[in-house]
Amino acid sequence: MGSLLEVKEVYKRFGAVEVLRGVSFALNGGTVLGLVGDNGAGKSTLMKLITGVHSVDSGEIWFNGQLLSSPRQTHSPARARRFGIEMVYQDLALAKQQDVAANIFLGREPVRHFLGILPIVDREAMEIRAKSILDELGIRISISQLRAPVAWLSGGQQQTIAIARALSFDPKLLILDEPTAALAVKETEHVLEVIRELRNRGIGIILISHRLPDIFEVTDRILVLHQGKVAADLVTKNTSMAEVVAHIVGAGPLHKGGLV
Amino acid sequence: MAAASRRLRLVGTGIRRESLLVLLLLAAVMAIFAPNFLSLGNLINVLLATAVIGVLAIGVTFVLAGGGLDLSVGSIMAVAGVAMGLASQSGLPWPVALSTGLAVGAFLGWCNAVFIVRSGVPPFIVTLGMLSVARGLALLISDGRPIYGLPQEIVFLGQGRVLGIPAPVWIFLLTTILGQFLISRTRFGYHTLALGDNETAARVAGIAIEAMKARLYTLSGVMAALGGLLFAARVNAADPTAGIGYELLAITAAVIGGTNLFGGRGTVVGTFIGALIMGVLQNGLNLMAVQPFYQQIAIGVILVLAVWLDRVQSRERT
Repeated sequence: MGSLLEVKEVYKRFGAVEVLRGVSFALNGGTVLGLVGDNGAGKSTLMKLITGVHSVDSGEIWFNGQLLSSPRQTHSPARARRFGIEMVYQDLALAKQQDVAANIFLGREPVRHFLGILPIVDREAMEIRAKSILDELGIRISISQLRAPVAWLSGGQQQTIAIARALSFDPKLLILDEPTAALAVKETEHVLEVIRELRNRGIGIILISHRLPDIFEVTDRILVLHQGKVAADLVTKNTSMAEVVAHIVGAGPLHKGGLV
Repeated sequence: MAAASRRLRLVGTGIRRESLLVLLLLAAVMAIFAPNFLSLGNLINVLLATAVIGVLAIGVTFVLAGGGLDLSVGSIMAVAGVAMGLASQSGLPWPVALSTGLAVGAFLGWCNAVFIVRSGVPPFIVTLGMLSVARGLALLISDGRPIYGLPQEIVFLGQGRVLGIPAPVWIFLLTTILGQFLISRTRFGYHTLALGDNETAARVAGIAIEAMKARLYTLSGVMAALGGLLFAARVNAADPTAGIGYELLAITAAVIGGTNLFGGRGTVVGTFIGALIMGVLQNGLNLMAVQPFYQQIAIGVILVLAVWLDRVQSRERT
């Protein structure tokens, strides 16, 4: 009890391939969990079980004391959103020719009634709310940038727009898939700063990244997956990059212990 | 750079300033070399000559901005006109005849969407097929002959004047204003642009992609039909061979006006300007008694220049 997210003995297979073989871990609010592992270790499948893209074969996922997913409890992306789970995808899913405000409110544009009848998009409300979401994240953005196509912004700014969009749903758990993969050093620092700010607000965060320095800089814990199992569940400040790498390649001490 | 690009757009409207500049420049040149060009009567002529293509281009703007393509509007225009002609010939009251034409356009546009959504065949192919099917239907139901003699109420739509301005011009202006409102102010417009920009993003955002496509192609079909009704009304005959090649002129007008051929950007006022550029060119060169062949060359050059300018700008940004 008490955990925001609790994954219990989860299995998932696709045809002949058993992608997840009994994965368990827990995450509290206000914590950043780094999720690492080689390609094919099962990271994205695990996240898709949480966000409702796939259902578990066996095992259970609990969220805030409620059963989120089990073989008898079907899960869906819409359900994940209702529970307060948001994911920011690596490809950003932004409409890049549209402006910042339109992207943050994509599909949920606030409406007012022109001449009392015609429903039109409330630009002003949209810009004010977009600005306040970005301000809270410590993102300095001018009104003219708010009205500029997203494509004109830097990669780091685009990433923060995508995060801001997820935050507009007021999530309790935020999953970030490789948010710094395409960014320059300075921009990476900025995104990590945003992640710290979100942790301070009490949001639970799962950070998927291949960039171990980023993982070490911002996470509280690191979960290593190897061939569909949890190879290690480490406290960031008590471990080292060498140890994490050893677990990633399957040479860690815990790995020999087998099942978690 | 962002600052430079911002300068090139009219604040808040997303309308390309270059299109407006080209239009004014052309008009200035015409005014110098063809003294009659600037007379009120002639300017109204330009609008009148542009109205049918312009109305078609408004519908096409929505489809293009939404990431689609509609090559069937020239043919739908003809079949809608013929359907209206047959309906009024059979003694149906004129409002029913007009509605029949519009309904035929809406239905064929909707058919485009259903095929595109259900079959996964690209819009280019589906609407190219419809270009042929609708033309064939127009010829089939009219027996290949124009239908002469429309009710005077319908002829008024093409030949009548209100406050000295021809009815087709009123309709062109009105649909431009409504279309601009729709694309820039409503959620439908926002969703159209998002869909054309990044279909995956739109889907993830919960926008009903398939319903959006159905609306866009249906709208294009209705606008094509409206163009067909205006055309038939103006010449007082529903001709099954009307509008051949108009689909390309409509796309040209939209693209010159700043609509992205691959979706994600488009304004109806831009399309209005694009259509006028073509109209001014045609009218001015006519007044100067230049061979009409040059008009086509000039329009082609302007089209390519417009898109090239756009590419140069987006490269500067990145």
